[in-house]
Amino acid sequence: MPRLDRLPERFATHLLDVECPRFDSEPWMGGPPLSRRRIAVVTTAGLHRRDDRSFLLGSENYRIIPGDVESNELICTHVSTNIDRTGFAQDWNIFFPLDRLRELVREGVVGSAADFHYSFMGATEPEKLEKSARELAALLRRDHVSGVLLVPV
Amino acid sequence: MGGLGHYLESEGVPTTQISLVREHTERIRPPRALWVPYDFGRPFGAADDPALQRRVLEAALALLEVEKGPVLEDFPDAGAQNAAHPDGSSEGWACPIPLRSPVTSPDEDSLRRAFLDEFAALRPWYELAVSKRGRTTVGGSGLDLAAAAEFVAAFAGEEIPDNPCPEIPIAFVLRAAVADLKAAYIEAVTAQPGDTVPTHAQLADWFWRETRAAELLFEVKRRAARSQDRALQLVTGVLMIPMARTGG
Repeated sequence: MPRLDRLPERFATHLLDVECPRFDSEPWMGGPPLSRRRIAVVTTAGLHRRDDRSFLLGSENYRIIPGDVESNELICTHVSTNIDRTGFAQDWNIFFPLDRLRELVREGVVGSAADFHYSFMGATEPEKLEKSARELAALLRRDHVSGVLLVPV
Repeated sequence: MGGLGHYLESEGVPTTQISLVREHTERIRPPRALWVPYDFGRPFGAADDPALQRRVLEAALALLEVEKGPVLEDFPDAGAQNAAHPDGSSEGWACPIPLRSPVTSPDEDSLRRAFLDEFAALRPWYELAVSKRGRTTVGGSGLDLAAAAEFVAAFAGEEIPDNPCPEIPIAFVLRAAVADLKAAYIEAVTAQPGDTVPTHAQLADWFWRETRAAELLFEVKRRAARSQDRALQLVTGVLMIPMARTGG
């Protein structure tokens, strides 16, 4: 995003005051070259399939997005009004770059794309997502995912 | 976002991420992050710019091959047209549809009528947009668009309307209906002909400064501030109108 000094003062102050989690450890996992990795996208944009449950204020769980999802199936119910949605209305890749990922897989730059991707709603405090995130890790491992691309909004 | 990276990585799943607020990422220190200079809502830079989106994606994924971390890199390319004008003016683009004039004495009926007339005028452009693009981002409220418009308009009156989705608090149904209306307006106006592609800042300026819909939402906010419903106050206070449009 633009440097904070380019935002309206109240908004910049609000962002600076956001409490960020601190961790004692710095986990680090290695892996094969990108051309052999299996990539899943995990977004916090509050995306979900049209017939799935909407996100609400404080939602702590995630929604499953099948790997063969089409752009018209996804909507965004993130609760924040400060997120610009005009780009998403024009092109879903600006939130969720699945077309680009599919291209990289076709070209062999990336090994494969996961069978499932996932979405959280980023307005929830990170600590409240921990339980769901750890549960999600097991699903990702079962899908043989060797790289997750995390995308905020 | 960085918290998720920490949780997943500590469970054995390698992660890389896009960072939008560098200051947050510096504090959280997730394993791998690529800071991009784009606004909220634009982690991959610009709509309909696959080359830029691909550069961002490849730069973020390349971090998976870095040998040690935490690593926070800056994406060097700020070249997308829309991203280059984060606070751009409306110069160079104008909505081709003449909108109703602002309501000078906003009594309940005139404001509601002006909004519903405006919405009816934009509706064919919305339908055209859906057919042209084969998709719509409208749908979060679960209400038909016309019903969503009537429902939102009713909040500018004296009486709070009946809740069409009783399983969800009415304030959050309002929030979702407003989100659907805003999406429909943007999809409609960007389907219209013209040689200039509006930037997101121009679209936001158009919606918040020129439409009767925005005028109605400010009135809904004013009325809700006097309500006893705390959820309604919260939604209309911070979840309906962007902070940048409320004097921030």
